[in-house]
Amino acid sequence: MTCTPVPPAHRTKRLAEMATLALAAATTLASCSGSPDPTPIPVASSPRPGSAALPPSAQQGGQVTLQSGWAKAGSGMTAVFGTVVNPGAKDVTLLGGSSPAAADVQIHSMVKQPDGSMKMTQKQGGLTVPAGGSAELTPGADHIMLVNLHSALVNGGDVSLVLRTADGANVEWTVPVRSFAGAEETYAPEDHR
Amino acid sequence: MTGVGRRTLLRTGLLAGGAGVGALAVSRLSDATSAPSRADEEPPPPAHPATMPFRGPRQAGVTDDPQPFAAFVGLDLPAGATKDTCRRLLRVWTDDIDRLMAAKAPLTDLEPELAEVPSRLSITLAVGPGFYDAAGLVPHRPSWLAPLPSFTIDRFDGHWPQTDVLLQIRADSPVAVAHAQRRLVVGAEPLAVQRWVQRGFREPLTSSRPGMPFRNLFGQVDGTVQPRTDGADDALVWLGADGAPAPHGLAGGTALIIRRIAMNLDTWDRADRVARENAVGRRLGSGAPLTGRLETDQPDLRAEDELGFPVIDPVSHMRRAMPAAPHERILRAPYSYDEAPTGRQRSNSGLVFVSYQADPLRQFLPIQRRLAEADLLNVWTTPISSGVYAVLPGALPGEDLGAALLA
Repeated sequence: MTCTPVPPAHRTKRLAEMATLALAAATTLASCSGSPDPTPIPVASSPRPGSAALPPSAQQGGQVTLQSGWAKAGSGMTAVFGTVVNPGAKDVTLLGGSSPAAADVQIHSMVKQPDGSMKMTQKQGGLTVPAGGSAELTPGADHIMLVNLHSALVNGGDVSLVLRTADGANVEWTVPVRSFAGAEETYAPEDHR
Repeated sequence: MTGVGRRTLLRTGLLAGGAGVGALAVSRLSDATSAPSRADEEPPPPAHPATMPFRGPRQAGVTDDPQPFAAFVGLDLPAGATKDTCRRLLRVWTDDIDRLMAAKAPLTDLEPELAEVPSRLSITLAVGPGFYDAAGLVPHRPSWLAPLPSFTIDRFDGHWPQTDVLLQIRADSPVAVAHAQRRLVVGAEPLAVQRWVQRGFREPLTSSRPGMPFRNLFGQVDGTVQPRTDGADDALVWLGADGAPAPHGLAGGTALIIRRIAMNLDTWDRADRVARENAVGRRLGSGAPLTGRLETDQPDLRAEDELGFPVIDPVSHMRRAMPAAPHERILRAPYSYDEAPTGRQRSNSGLVFVSYQADPLRQFLPIQRRLAEADLLNVWTTPISSGVYAVLPGALPGEDLGAALLA
């Protein structure tokens, strides 16, 4: 897992600002555009049944945002990258989710195989983003996988996805789709290991 | 006649429509990694800020002092491109350019370090006639957005044809130019495919005063008579300036002409200095007219030598290029090229001629017609490519380049 601590002062300040914004939004949903200095934008959407009754402290996961997020153009299966930022006071774990563009949304990581090669597998226990910190989703490391795309994602388009957190919140992100030559990792489904 | 001595920051700040934009550029320079702080806390602006503002009603890279390194990239839209293709392309590039000009990595960049050295990078996007075809906007295409008439001096070799799109990339650092070029071209695929690249250079601004005319590889000072870039001549440069009507979606844009001019240094070497100065009508050293002392002196076209010959040759480059009417002026930002010679060539050198004007037919064409008819420099120079593009208006915050055109 590549979780990045957030020591520099300017970053702490930015996180504090974002936390304020996220709290002001008072919603468990947040999205992020691809602009250079994205500000979390609250998405008007109904909370999931069941999660609405939870006290705010139980929905820390709803505050996480994806900065500089993007999805690789392609068909079949593709990945979403970016920096997941958690401005809250508790760790947040992303478990997986859904997308109107794909059959399934999974958290994947790259794992060294017995033969020494790197293959991607579903990340056991999800992706934990430390309180006040961030986690990088990058080609060749942890990433979000869109599995069985309904149709090809094209350069310059958009894709939306909803991530489910361990504390029962949903976060919705819409990211731009970009052409990218890398991220050609081989998938090693667990039942094949 | 020039905006000599104007600070680039002042220019870009003014042209971008307010001090706020200039202040943002300053804050980026003072600490490229921190969020912009309040303008009243900032030190006085440096001569040339290390990043240039992207957002504003006009694109950067037109009236700004030209940076020493440039790449002009011609790209074509794919077969079957539609308005949606155009819109997605401009969306991708707007975001990438926004980041790159702020010395930040584009989204898909795995080498952010190459983007994070502030180098006064400007990226200017322009579209050719084919863009209008793909976008279904042919009825809106300006009359000047078409190939220039062919001139008898032209010897186009097909290597740098008119394309659907043009990226003009300029910076203080050749690394910044190379990196931006690579990211923009790769990131655009398959929405646009590169056809050619023309690289150019000119003297660093530190070695000359800002706004000083360019000296080409013949040693000539080029660009003494320019429209002012402080606003006084905006109607000559910008579309829709001073209340003039602008073509659909292009208010705040301009017309860009790019012509590759081969310069034969071998035959130029054979000409003595008197012949060289006679060909251009100016002194090589000072750039002054042969009848004057200073570069800015007005040429005396009636002056004769002791034998009764005109001091300024009637077919010298300067004489032929002089405006016959006040509107026959264009803003030039040329670059030299000096490529590796091939075959038995000793040099492969010349000029990437680049000019900006509101109306090429009215402003550029009369000058070019005179030069094609007679110009002593034609002995040594040969146009080998030509292209005409519409520089899109700038993108306001939250907007994509070309938003008004594709609306």
